[in-house]
Amino acid sequence: MTQAVAHVPSGEPLLKVDDLVVEYGFGNRTVHAVSGVSLEVARGETLGLVGESGCGKSTLGRAVLQLRRAQSGSVLFDGHDLTAMQGEALRKMRQRVQLIFQDPIASLNPRRRIGDIVAEPLIIAGVKDPAQRKQVVYEVLSAVGLDPDLVVGRLPHEFSGGQCQRICIARALVLNPEFIVCDEPVSALDVSIRAQILNLLEEMKARFGLTLLFIAHDLAVVKAVSDRVAVMYLGRLCEVAPSEQLFARPAHPYTALLLQAIPVPDPDVRPAESVATGEPPSPIAPPSGCRFRTRCPRADQRCSAEMPELREVAPGQFAACHHPLA
Amino acid sequence: MATLELSLPEEVEQPVRRRRRLGFLFWFAICWIVIVFVLAIFAPILPLQNPVDMDMLERRAWFSSEHWLGTDGLGRDELARLVYGARVSLTVGLCAPMIGLVAGGALGLLAGYFRGRFETLVVGSMDVLLAFPPLIFALAVVAYLGQSIPNLTFILGFLGIPAFMRVSRAATLTLARREFVIAAEALGASHARILLRELLPNVLLPLFAFFLLGVAVTIVVEGSLSFLGLGVPPPMASWGSMIGEGRESLDVTPRLAFLPAVAMFVTVLAFNLVGDTLRAITDPRQGAL
Repeated sequence: MTQAVAHVPSGEPLLKVDDLVVEYGFGNRTVHAVSGVSLEVARGETLGLVGESGCGKSTLGRAVLQLRRAQSGSVLFDGHDLTAMQGEALRKMRQRVQLIFQDPIASLNPRRRIGDIVAEPLIIAGVKDPAQRKQVVYEVLSAVGLDPDLVVGRLPHEFSGGQCQRICIARALVLNPEFIVCDEPVSALDVSIRAQILNLLEEMKARFGLTLLFIAHDLAVVKAVSDRVAVMYLGRLCEVAPSEQLFARPAHPYTALLLQAIPVPDPDVRPAESVATGEPPSPIAPPSGCRFRTRCPRADQRCSAEMPELREVAPGQFAACHHPLA
Repeated sequence: MATLELSLPEEVEQPVRRRRRLGFLFWFAICWIVIVFVLAIFAPILPLQNPVDMDMLERRAWFSSEHWLGTDGLGRDELARLVYGARVSLTVGLCAPMIGLVAGGALGLLAGYFRGRFETLVVGSMDVLLAFPPLIFALAVVAYLGQSIPNLTFILGFLGIPAFMRVSRAATLTLARREFVIAAEALGASHARILLRELLPNVLLPLFAFFLLGVAVTIVVEGSLSFLGLGVPPPMASWGSMIGEGRESLDVTPRLAFLPAVAMFVTVLAFNLVGDTLRAITDPRQGAL
């Protein structure tokens, strides 16, 4: 079976995930968290990854960084297969790929000072000169909008969530990485702070030439930052398309459902009648064929018999559906 | 739809350092511990009488200018025996939990971080150790290796390892899947670095609070063992053995049992108080968010 991949428009992709499968044992059962996901991220691009809670998007993000080992499939970063790497080689490679977490306060060690936390990657990378480390830490803290002199000597609990996320971004940037996985970086923040952090990420992306994999469940956030968007449902990709195109003309019924669910800030607009009902099925026993068929209004015999592969339904737009909308 | 506002540089306000009131009891406890330590450390150069010199004409003497706290059943100076007894009680009371802290703490940290078979092995062997009757173990060691302070310290320290292991493992388990540990892993930190830099500073605090509790418990247990005759060899004094000897004349001179009991009680209380207060003031989460 040949698997179509949502290819990037041009050039060699920086990240190429191929048929990645991640499963965890859960008692004597298996949770199929990620089942055969293939995607590519071009250099300098922001790929948004959306889906419901528990659809495997965070697992995918962590499997890309090898924080959770995949059962099968490969993750090619700049031509190197990360899944085949071990020990020292992997630790070296990790300096080029960074991660930002959902809970900024939990991702800072409560007992270490900010200066040490931000300098930690440099120490691990083997920068021996303290003066040089201090200079880099000061630069990167200023870049994320914090006053280094006021910040370095203090502990994480003295900062707000937004400030902690700035510190986390500073720590991720201090080694000058090429690729950052942002795992719901603004979900835990106040709405008023979100825009600031998103702007900061955009600014840093331009300044440091970053490529981002932006994981979120909030479509508005994803639309604001992404060049392309991948929609995930129960461990599989439903649709991959350029951001504008996906929001204007969704091809997969699940994408359409998600877009319908965005609340409209107008009391006179009645919410559209929901086309899908119920909870997503359990990833322990996913449905046969198309995983969305149990909630899909267009599902028929073929959907339960045959698993749909990603195919190009419009230029640049890929959907895994037997009956695409567009 | 989110409208992106211009990001404003966030003001970081100056830290406000609030003085915490530590209270009278804490300072009383500190004073008592300092006094006991000073007396115990400088016992040989203090103008005390010899704690093992007997004076058969002055048996169970009342307080006097010669014997400030009187004499015991063999006419030995009670004050000198109390001070020398503090040396034994503190040596054993501090060294034994130290063994538990280092061995148990390290085992718990490794078990909680690496999980898997190693954890099963550690937890299983600690359960075996806990199930073994401690008094039998103490008797066996004393019978084979003899009665001495190092042996006593070893017995009590060894018996403390499972408890320290559990405290350390429980603290590590809650921390090891926290984001900051995963972040360190994502940065390419080695296991040793994650254990020492990320986990240890966070595990050390509950361990230290438990250590002070351990000191208090060990002093009492040392007293019990000495009371049973398994502790320090006579005529050396320890608080426990003094209570044991005082028991014989409880109806005539109850103070011979009560004075060391009071010394032990106040010292144990002081360690507990200091442990509690230190834990409370050094918890960084207190007052956060």
